Amino acid sequence: MADVVAVIASTHHPFYLRASTATGDDRPPFADEWVRKVEAFRRTLTEARPDVLVMVGSDHFHQLWLDNMPQFLIGKAPFYDANFYNEEREFGLPRMLFTGHEELSAHLLREGLDAGFDLAFSNELRIDHSITCPIITLRPQNDLPIVPVYTNIFAPPLPRPERFVQLGRAIRRIVEDWPDESRVAIIGTGHLSLELGGPRQFGPTGPDPEFDRRAVEWIASGDLEGCLAEVTLDSLHLPGNATHGFMDFMLMMGVAGEGRKADYVDTYDLFHTMEAYFTWYPRGGRP
Amino acid sequence: MSKYLLNKFLFTVDRDPELVERYREDPAATVEMWEAEYANRILGCHRGESSSWLRFDDAERRALREHDYPGLFRLGAHPFLTLTLFIAMFERDHEPLGFQLEYARRLSHMTLPYPDIST
Repeated sequence: MADVVAVIASTHHPFYLRASTATGDDRPPFADEWVRKVEAFRRTLTEARPDVLVMVGSDHFHQLWLDNMPQFLIGKAPFYDANFYNEEREFGLPRMLFTGHEELSAHLLREGLDAGFDLAFSNELRIDHSITCPIITLRPQNDLPIVPVYTNIFAPPLPRPERFVQLGRAIRRIVEDWPDESRVAIIGTGHLSLELGGPRQFGPTGPDPEFDRRAVEWIASGDLEGCLAEVTLDSLHLPGNATHGFMDFMLMMGVAGEGRKADYVDTYDLFHTMEAYFTWYPRGGRP
Repeated sequence: MSKYLLNKFLFTVDRDPELVERYREDPAATVEMWEAEYANRILGCHRGESSSWLRFDDAERRALREHDYPGLFRLGAHPFLTLTLFIAMFERDHEPLGFQLEYARRLSHMTLPYPDIST
């Protein structure tokens, strides 16, 4: 059976590439420390020696649109082109190409459907910065096949937080039941408090530092019960109008498991939003 | 009222570099052209199988014609779509982050709960 060698949850900040590669007067004062933190985070994946990556993210109105919006979708294709014109334009992200792992995609779809998740699928999916950002930060050589898993955190009506957690638990079990000897890392990205297109956007910190502090504590301690007791679709409007992306962190808590403390935790308070990085090693301890 | 159609305008203009520039330079003509030629296109179908019923109401058309992003926010347009397109059009006229902060300031009278963005 496959071995889940790392579970990773991260924010996906689209400005990391531009900040980390800027030089001279263009280099922001926070870039050096950000690079240091990202490189330390990257080592937590490298040391797990994965063969394949399950990548959980969310399309930001790029390919998926309101005339046919899936709640949860799994890519099943031999390749995935990546990043879109408006991400090049706004963030300076490059066009990228990923290799897919169709066999694991097919396994997740079949077993997910049988477990009660009516998963959509795509045989031609162009993926966006919710998945390319963690590749840039965690696996910049982009040398591993991926299985993209998209969630709808963006276009209401949304699934409730409990459903994200349930899907995370199912993904963990289904990957572990995959009759293959591969070493699999499951990586998901979301947001802490975040405001986009509203009055609280682009402040000196994230819009709700107190929510961020509590969210990091929930994730780091694996406190799914406490998190689910407080987080609802309605409550997520309060910390910032794009904070529903936190449900992808909740999905990853479901992957990691109830009560499972993260083996690696780091944060970085930036303007606009807080960065947060978590790694769990299911076999316990750092490799 | 159609939040969906407002979002469709923002979405289809934002992804097309030529339409972004046309909307920046001549919003009234671009909105008129878009409503006539794009509003009823089903993005996953060919042109012979378009819709027949989509149109803006007067408040929506006016907000788009006037580049009125606080008005679009009030109408329940998706804030991410509005922000992304307006950054594409107007960030270039400001200092770094200047437009984003101006945008926040012009929305500073809005309090929770924000307008519903469900479609």
